[in-house]
Amino acid sequence: MKTRKERIDRGIKARSQDIFVLCSWREMLYLAGPRLLPVVVCLALPLVLSVYWQKVLISVAVFALLAISWDILSQSGMISLGQALFFGTGAYCAGIMNHYWGFSPLITLPLAALFGGLISTVLLLPVLRLRGVYFSMVTLIIPLMLVRVIEATKIFGGTEGLSGMDPLPSAGFEVYLIVIVFLAVLFGFRRLMDSDYGLVLKGISDNDRSVINAGINIYWFKAQALFIAASIGAFAGAFMTHVYMFVGMPVFALDYSILPIAAAVVGGPGTLAGAAMGAFILVPLSELLRGIGGLRIVFYGVFLVVCIVALPEGVFHYMERKYHQFERWVEVEK
Amino acid sequence: MLTGTILYAIINSAILALTAIGFNLTFGISGVANFAYGAFYVMAAYGVWMLIHMAHLPYPLAVLISISLTTLAGALMYRFVIIRIKGQTLSEVIATFGIGLSVLELFRYFGFVGFEYTLPVFVDKSFLIGDAYVDAQRLLIVAFAVVLIIALWLFTHYTHLGLAFRGIAQDERTSLTFGMDPDRIARMAVSFGAGLAAIAATVIVPLGSISPEEGYDVLIKALAVCIIGGLGSSGGVIIASVVIGFAERFTDSYIGSHWTMIVSLAALLLVLVIKPSGIFGKQKELEERI
Repeated sequence: MKTRKERIDRGIKARSQDIFVLCSWREMLYLAGPRLLPVVVCLALPLVLSVYWQKVLISVAVFALLAISWDILSQSGMISLGQALFFGTGAYCAGIMNHYWGFSPLITLPLAALFGGLISTVLLLPVLRLRGVYFSMVTLIIPLMLVRVIEATKIFGGTEGLSGMDPLPSAGFEVYLIVIVFLAVLFGFRRLMDSDYGLVLKGISDNDRSVINAGINIYWFKAQALFIAASIGAFAGAFMTHVYMFVGMPVFALDYSILPIAAAVVGGPGTLAGAAMGAFILVPLSELLRGIGGLRIVFYGVFLVVCIVALPEGVFHYMERKYHQFERWVEVEK
Repeated sequence: MLTGTILYAIINSAILALTAIGFNLTFGISGVANFAYGAFYVMAAYGVWMLIHMAHLPYPLAVLISISLTTLAGALMYRFVIIRIKGQTLSEVIATFGIGLSVLELFRYFGFVGFEYTLPVFVDKSFLIGDAYVDAQRLLIVAFAVVLIIALWLFTHYTHLGLAFRGIAQDERTSLTFGMDPDRIARMAVSFGAGLAAIAATVIVPLGSISPEEGYDVLIKALAVCIIGGLGSSGGVIIASVVIGFAERFTDSYIGSHWTMIVSLAALLLVLVIKPSGIFGKQKELEERI
């Protein structure tokens, strides 16, 4: 019996480049596998992890949300260096609503996502016309400045912050809430970016002037993309407020700006899944390195550099390419 | 009070100009935003300290060796890391930031934190000017900043290498036809930037002590000065350092030290919103906003 090698994706691609006509369970599994895997893993993980690693999973999901939010913005042509702005406004919104008005966490979370998103969007509206690196620098500076303003004016608890927030109902609820929100955001916004609406956003990043030429108001679309991304970030911030039961100046820290970008770059930008994957690599890595103390950040920096130099396309794109190059032995037809 | 404030504002401006000039040179010529800049600054300072206290070299020799080593480190970073990702701004920023982070945290890990990590001043004297005491080191910094800026200006306008630097910065393809090697020039720009950081460190560090945090501070200050002045513009660096230097000192004296950072950040935001390419930056209307 003579056999030859056949690429698994060829048959599917030959029949249709984009809308797959699936002929067998095997082909269905070939396509669904990579999409089902993260869902199953994410839903199963909280059951098997210890309490400590459940906390790590929470922070992985939070950073994954921030990285997805960064990726949505970058696909719309806005490179943000200040995810901490979204995170921080969301965190403070939830904190203020819970601390001063006594709203329950289940109400503050959606409200904070909404108002945090709105506030961040309004703050950035005046600079929506700025392009490229100039927009990035504004986003880098605003959170740094908000910290100093809170410090100098002593509003919202000043340097002390607000503490004594209500926790979420239970630990299990906490983990599953953030994991399900993460999965919903990942798959929902992947779908959105594939729709015509997402096409307009990608068009703005490719060539904004020709999108204007097509009679589309790009500022309106940019503002919408900003609101979507800011809401995701604000939800992550509000969630962390209730997990730590504290909100203070650290929510505007540079970590929340840099780690999501690092995750998106390591994982590969442009697919949302890559950004999320980056968070799933970087955050547990930093936890594992905690054992070696101060050297942790050193290794972390070196890892980033090696990843960028050796795998500039990103882990996700590399794996996607390799996955589509899988081969199997098939019989040669006489 | 006023003379003192003005005097210290001038000194502050000189310090800002010194810290920013290397970052500005690298960015202006090679287009690489060197986020490891603060790490080079701190590395040079620790280098001098180690050469004095561990190798027992005389102070001037230690300074020279440290500056040349830092310059070499800059060239190595370009050769082995940046050249592979040149042109991808985001990757450049993250890679250089990663390098800077590793270097700074490595120093922290080996316990280079504390008040004993300080460098001797060049001349131990102080003067009374008006009604304020100023030590010789601070005056020396101002003189040094002026000399360095003039030297750099002469270098970029009257030497072959300096003219090649500007040629590459203006138009890389045209300068290629004149036989200039952009990679070589960019490597030199990065390493000169590192060298200037080292020079700034050896002059400024005697005022305080060396610490890894200093690295992050220097980077943010250099960024602020370069953005306000216009990235890559030398005249802009001087104007911006004077603006920030005076604004910081005056808010510190008359409003409160909490507000110094807010004032400089607000200035930064205003410049970005109104004239994104900076006070002296070349106007690139369609590149900066639409």
